[in-house]
Amino acid sequence: MTNRNPTGQHKKVAVSAFGPGLEARPDIRFGRAAGFVIVDPTDDTVAFVANAGAESLGQGAGIAAAEAMARADVGVVLTGSVGPKAAAALAAAGIKVVETCEGRTVGDVVRGYRADPNPQAAP
Amino acid sequence: MIVAVASGKGGTGKTTVAAALARIWGGDRIAVDMDVETPNLHLFLSPSIAGEQDSTLEVPVVAHPDRCNGCGKCSEICAFKAIVTLGGRPVVFPDMCHACGGCLEVCGRGVLQPGKRVLGSVRWGTATGDTERDPGSLSFLMGQLNVGEAMSPPLIREIGNCLASMLEQTGGDAIIDAPPGTSCPAMSAVRDADVLVLVSEPTPFGLHDLQLAWRAFASAGKPAGVVINRAGWEGGAGDAAMYGFCRDEGLPVLAEFPFERMVAEAYAKGLSLDRASSRHRHAVAKLVSRVSALGSAAQ
Repeated sequence: MTNRNPTGQHKKVAVSAFGPGLEARPDIRFGRAAGFVIVDPTDDTVAFVANAGAESLGQGAGIAAAEAMARADVGVVLTGSVGPKAAAALAAAGIKVVETCEGRTVGDVVRGYRADPNPQAAP
Repeated sequence: MIVAVASGKGGTGKTTVAAALARIWGGDRIAVDMDVETPNLHLFLSPSIAGEQDSTLEVPVVAHPDRCNGCGKCSEICAFKAIVTLGGRPVVFPDMCHACGGCLEVCGRGVLQPGKRVLGSVRWGTATGDTERDPGSLSFLMGQLNVGEAMSPPLIREIGNCLASMLEQTGGDAIIDAPPGTSCPAMSAVRDADVLVLVSEPTPFGLHDLQLAWRAFASAGKPAGVVINRAGWEGGAGDAAMYGFCRDEGLPVLAEFPFERMVAEAYAKGLSLDRASSRHRHAVAKLVSRVSALGSAAQ
């Protein structure tokens, strides 16, 4: 775990999305998202991790996605909603979850998070 | 002889037929409800329950996390994401576990220990059969899956083991009310049966699912026959097609029960089919001898 930066400012940020790139549409689903756009804040490079379990796994897709996040060294996940098993897995991996997916593109979601890293859940 | 009453489609009358068969069968027999997700055979047999036992699955428990070196072997062998290495430690999701024991086997450091997850319960007791025939004894056995539990085959197999030991002690026959469908629960329920009674209805869905069921069950090579429930149902329009299918597959039609208000009224009162009228009782008795002949011929 190289992402355990106490300030939390340099953690990789992952957004559940329908495809790669900052112009992709964010997906409100975590476990069943097509993949995750991952932004490295140290150099703003953008990567994409396909969510292999989204269609192949009948059950446990959320857990598999959480495992993929840990493997990709992600510190924060921005998504719509996380199921209970995925939430437990992400917590065990020390990954922060922000259940917000406001924005037309993944870029919007990332900018929104940077402006307000701890948004209140929508009422 | 073990008779399994199955069907592809749900709601065709499996329990109706199984309850009536069990009541009229004669001699010592056991009525078994293996439809553990929604057991309802007891509603028609009103058994008195003598005992109950939890049915459990062996799942891993992280007993000594301090011994873990984060090697990840336990999660690599798991095909169901029931154990995942996160933050360098195994995290167990008991709901996902199929109890293969692989993780316990590969961990050479004693991190994991076998624990238990309760799937549901197995209950047994006695019921009263039709008293006009040689009553014999009618025993009762059922399983009930816990709400939210997804895995029924291990519980169904456990009922099968209970049934085997009951039959070993007392002898006699068994009539199983199987779960609907053609997937693992249904296959687990008919596994040990000697005869299959497939209950269907002459509707497009009824025929379609009977065809699926026969494709799933036929390979076991067990003698089988069909009971057509709601025969001649107005608007059902499938009697001819169903007969055609049975003829082509060499499946005997063991009984037909017409769609009648009288049967529905008896059902609503919790009365089994044989108690709807003496005519129905006679029809069930005929079905009993046909099923029994089908099984004897094969043995």
